[in-house]
Amino acid sequence: MTKQHPAWSPYDNNGGTCVAIAGADYCVIAADTRMSTGYSILTRDYSKICKLADKCVMASSGFQADVKALQKLLAARHLIYQHQHNKQMSCPGMAQLLSNTLYYKRFFPYYSFNVLGGLDNEGKGCVYTYDAVGSYERVGYSSQGSGSTLIMPFLDNQLKSPSPLLLPAQDAVTPLSEAEAVDLVKTCFASATERDIYTGDKLEIVVLNKGGIHREYMELRKD
Amino acid sequence: MESIQAKQGLVGPNDPIQRTQLPYVTGTSVVALKYKDGILMAADMGGSYGSTIRYKSVERIKPIGKHSLLGASGEISDFQELLRNLDELILYDNMWDDGNSLGPKELHSYLTRVMYNRRNKFDPLWNSLVLGGVKNGQKYLGMVSMIGVNFEDSHVATGFGNHLARPILRDEWHENLSYEDGVKLLEKCMRVLLYRDRSAVNKLQIAKITEEGTTISQPYALKTFWGFTAFQNPTAGAEGSW
Repeated sequence: MTKQHPAWSPYDNNGGTCVAIAGADYCVIAADTRMSTGYSILTRDYSKICKLADKCVMASSGFQADVKALQKLLAARHLIYQHQHNKQMSCPGMAQLLSNTLYYKRFFPYYSFNVLGGLDNEGKGCVYTYDAVGSYERVGYSSQGSGSTLIMPFLDNQLKSPSPLLLPAQDAVTPLSEAEAVDLVKTCFASATERDIYTGDKLEIVVLNKGGIHREYMELRKD
Repeated sequence: MESIQAKQGLVGPNDPIQRTQLPYVTGTSVVALKYKDGILMAADMGGSYGSTIRYKSVERIKPIGKHSLLGASGEISDFQELLRNLDELILYDNMWDDGNSLGPKELHSYLTRVMYNRRNKFDPLWNSLVLGGVKNGQKYLGMVSMIGVNFEDSHVATGFGNHLARPILRDEWHENLSYEDGVKLLEKCMRVLLYRDRSAVNKLQIAKITEEGTTISQPYALKTFWGFTAFQNPTAGAEGSW
């Protein structure tokens, strides 16, 4: 008997784009709010951003059910950490946990493309970028998701991060002010929305700095 | 010589898949929207067996607990399995007898977890579910797919409803629809589905849930119109065609 081929796929791509930019004392994390399947839009108002800890925010696009499961898992682990250590998890710590969690399912991956943003132990902005199976690195800025191919080259041009191979190591964080970085993010999404069918509807921007967390929204094209 | 009992539970890596991978008796779209007092949900009563419309009295919307309505499209037997699970859940909830009861948000979360976990085991419940309800004045309407994709919105639809009904709802839905307007809007969606979805049948139920409780209407049929001039002599412009 020939092997039966399944009639269904356990994965779906619900689209969307995420961006994060690290500054000297702030971090901007942004994602659109459109959720799609195939050529249909399921909803125009779905948040891809999840606050994992006081100084650590994750934005994820890809297969929404896996993203949700990942967010729940990390939130639960953070709760346990808080119970055990009586403090919030640091962003670099959460970054490692996310990597390990993703690799744990190396042979049935979370179809989730993540950027983690926050403030490190010195209060400097930090951004970590991941692939679906947990390979990660700390960078000055990153984008993931369906619009990332459109946004990443633009960010490379505007932010021109120094090579991580340089010695002595140079700061990856952007010298831009917080307001300039937020404006840059808005420009990125307005552009990506034009050409990527899975990006649009609304942009959610989260800014983390020593004052706390601040959230704002911007309308995007709905077509 | 291996005992029969030991062999029964084992599936080798190259053996064919042993559990069903395809749906057999299926229901088509469910459409739902939020209105002023709560949620309105509509589904026809058809159960198709492939391209045959085998069953015409399938109730695809059921009340769950005091605060929710569950509508399902997809494999009917999987829906019935889910209802058994939910029966048990509601029973335990009632047995606490603490004045609290599972609301639509909790049920939506429960259903999402069940669907996602079945997908993880490669043994999905082949349904798209619509969960709507009202608790403490808060209206809630959400959807879960067979692989666990879930969201909430002011109006949702499954299957063909996503393609045919959602655009109508996006255009004509607004906050604080009256009951009459809500029903008219749902009927408009169901009529389009009836004309264009081959697995739709003209026998539907509309369910309403408000803070006061649930009502599921008696089955009824929509008025249809086929008297278009283009249908009178369809081959007029192209003799010999059909």
